Amino acid sequence: MKYLVTIALITFLFSCAPEKPKNNEEYPEQPTKSAVEDIISDPTKGLGAVKTVTLKTPLELDRVGRGLAIYEMKCSACHKLTDQRVVGPGWKDITKKRKPEWIMNMITNVDVMLEKDPEAQKLLELCLMRMPNQNMSIGDARDMLEFMRQNDGEK
Amino acid sequence: MKKIMKSVVLLLGVASAFTFYSCKPKGPQEAVVGNAAAKVYVAPGKYDEFYNFVSGGFNGQMSVYGIPSGRLFRILPVFSQFPENGYGYSEETKPMLNTSHGYVPWDDLHHIALSLTKGEHDGRWAFGNANNTPRVARVNLKTFKTEEILELPNSGGNHSSPFITENSEYIVAGTRFSVPVGDKRDVPISTYKENFKGTISFVKIDPITGRMNIGFQLKTPGVNFDLSRAGKGASHGWFFFSCYNTEQAYTLLEVNATQKDKDFIMAVNWKKAEEYIAQGKGEIVKARYAHNVLDEKTHTATSEMMTEVLQLDPAILKDIIYFIPCPKSPHGCDTDPSGEYIVASGKLAAIIPVFSFTKIQAAIAAKDFEGEFAGIPVIKYESALHGEVKKPGLGPLHTEFDEKGNAYTSFFVSSEIVKWNVKSLEVLDRVPTYYSIGHLCVPGGPTSKPHGKYVIAYNKITKDRYLPTGPELTQSAQLYDISGDKMQLLLDFPTTGEPHYAEAIPASLIAPNSTKIFKIEENNHAYVAKGEKEAKVVRKGNEVHVYMTAIRSHLTPDNIEGIKMGDVVYFHVTNLEQDWDVPHGFAVKGAANAEILVMPGETQTLKWTPDEVGVVPFYCTDFCSALHQEMQGYARVSPAGSNVPLKFSTGVVEETGSK
Repeated sequence: MKYLVTIALITFLFSCAPEKPKNNEEYPEQPTKSAVEDIISDPTKGLGAVKTVTLKTPLELDRVGRGLAIYEMKCSACHKLTDQRVVGPGWKDITKKRKPEWIMNMITNVDVMLEKDPEAQKLLELCLMRMPNQNMSIGDARDMLEFMRQNDGEK
Repeated sequence: MKKIMKSVVLLLGVASAFTFYSCKPKGPQEAVVGNAAAKVYVAPGKYDEFYNFVSGGFNGQMSVYGIPSGRLFRILPVFSQFPENGYGYSEETKPMLNTSHGYVPWDDLHHIALSLTKGEHDGRWAFGNANNTPRVARVNLKTFKTEEILELPNSGGNHSSPFITENSEYIVAGTRFSVPVGDKRDVPISTYKENFKGTISFVKIDPITGRMNIGFQLKTPGVNFDLSRAGKGASHGWFFFSCYNTEQAYTLLEVNATQKDKDFIMAVNWKKAEEYIAQGKGEIVKARYAHNVLDEKTHTATSEMMTEVLQLDPAILKDIIYFIPCPKSPHGCDTDPSGEYIVASGKLAAIIPVFSFTKIQAAIAAKDFEGEFAGIPVIKYESALHGEVKKPGLGPLHTEFDEKGNAYTSFFVSSEIVKWNVKSLEVLDRVPTYYSIGHLCVPGGPTSKPHGKYVIAYNKITKDRYLPTGPELTQSAQLYDISGDKMQLLLDFPTTGEPHYAEAIPASLIAPNSTKIFKIEENNHAYVAKGEKEAKVVRKGNEVHVYMTAIRSHLTPDNIEGIKMGDVVYFHVTNLEQDWDVPHGFAVKGAANAEILVMPGETQTLKWTPDEVGVVPFYCTDFCSALHQEMQGYARVSPAGSNVPLKFSTGVVEETGSK
């Protein structure tokens, strides 16, 4: 009997109470990052793990060969070797327009680049297609760079 | 006093009525009190604490939910075709559903077993059983794909399966229906006692690859096997099965298989069986059953027809199996985390017997038997018994455990979960379920290390719990908090198919290992195109093979000509993307087939037999980018014998078009 009374009381007391999450500490608000929080030391180098690249002359041909193979498997669907834009920009003269670091960061850190790098964002506005993360290592990107140099006529 | 009580009750009654009308109408949801909502609230962007792998019953699939939110994440096709992603429709996956009866596109998946190491979940594989055409399946918990399906010969339906040993040495498969086996199968049904046999298959699991093969089969008397559990800890090396229909009835089992006061729990000493096999005592018999395996590198399944199986006859080879009498028509047969106690739930029993492994061993040593059943010793009930839970409820089915020595038993008839102490057998708490609970699940509940935070009820009937959807209603799950002394209902959530058994596992054991992409470099599919340069169309007689690539947002080739009536076209679509969560889909107008969904780096094949002359569109079915709607192409179909040459291209515009 007492049990019933208790139940009834609880029902009465709580049945209309609005359910409010009581402990907001459990799910604190996400801190909002300021847009330019990341220090862009040299805006022309882009954002990512690649800080300095040393280029050699003549070209490292083993890298060029590997770069070509990667290009055909992962890049050629969207990038031509001429200046023609299809899905993404053509690659002709890219090594003359961009720093090597920027190119390699774009390849290996594309999501952050598209979010924060002004040059990458301009390209997104132009192409309206986010460049996909093609799961490339820094080594892969270095091989790609060498292949691009060859495409731009370096020896 | 009585008068005062009466008026208090009256007053409260009025107050309650006021409450009732002042808010919204209330039903059984009144059982939810306090901070239930906060306990199941997983904020946007946050993860659930547990994965819940839930059998889909008659949909033949497994579904993956998050606990405590009850959110459905995925449906994993296992034994049934799944047009949503092409499982069972693509050329690569069709072999997964091959059996000795040919292609079987459906089954009834009842139970989940997650792989174990040292008695604890290791997050590697989920196994499931096919109840109708007897099979077991293995799902890889990195890729969430069904990787292997093994058919079981000499079985009439695989119900007591795929329960697993504490180091994933074996999963088991006991026949639900005994049937005539071997050469003498065309017999009168009325010769059940003489000709019908049961089998229990022990399916060996490779510790590295997870590959399954039938280690051995035990021949048993003709009865129905229902459920089972492996021993653990001290009882590791043993397996326990519930048996019903020890009356050996073959018609109107509802009446004829419920005559006896007691059926059996069957205890199996599988280490003893292994000893006999090592001594060469097994018999290799002819059998025919399919073994289907998906290769992760070729993304292609193959089906092999097996021809023999190793059998042992425990009526001749003593000490492998023993029967223990058990009231009445036992269903669940569950071992506690220590492995000492075996809880048997007689569907029609008024008590729950709990057997002691130590006592079973002592009884066997002392030959404390009450007789034999079909040549197998029957241990005396009292000699094996730890004790009985008195008046627990009506229609006990299944029991799970927490880490504090408590058991949680589901009661179908009285629609409740009852919490009781395994050692003292004392009933501690009971909560209603809505309605007619079948299985239940405590995260880690069947392992040596339960995480006794929740129990989840899987109910057979929902009736008034959800918005009605015609005669067929969703089935439901209910989540209860069991961290305190009293169980507390937190949440109802609808489920897909008909859930039977389910397991829940800490997300930390699975989430970090989840595959994001298949590496295109490692794709060894016979028809892969690793890059657009390798895209092509090749004719082999009347077969046309299209090596197609997909990347945001075009297909290569997207113009194909030279297909003729009478040709069979295979679109081998390779997804060139290497980014997480970017599948491409593919469908062709009029194809008597489903779509295919191709994961990043994967190749899948859609078979299409053109049925009319014309130009047929195909397109990407999975919204992939801003220009997804542009991701399309055309295939030209010419009459048989026409001289239109085979050609293909993407992005080539011919100024002088018409031919």
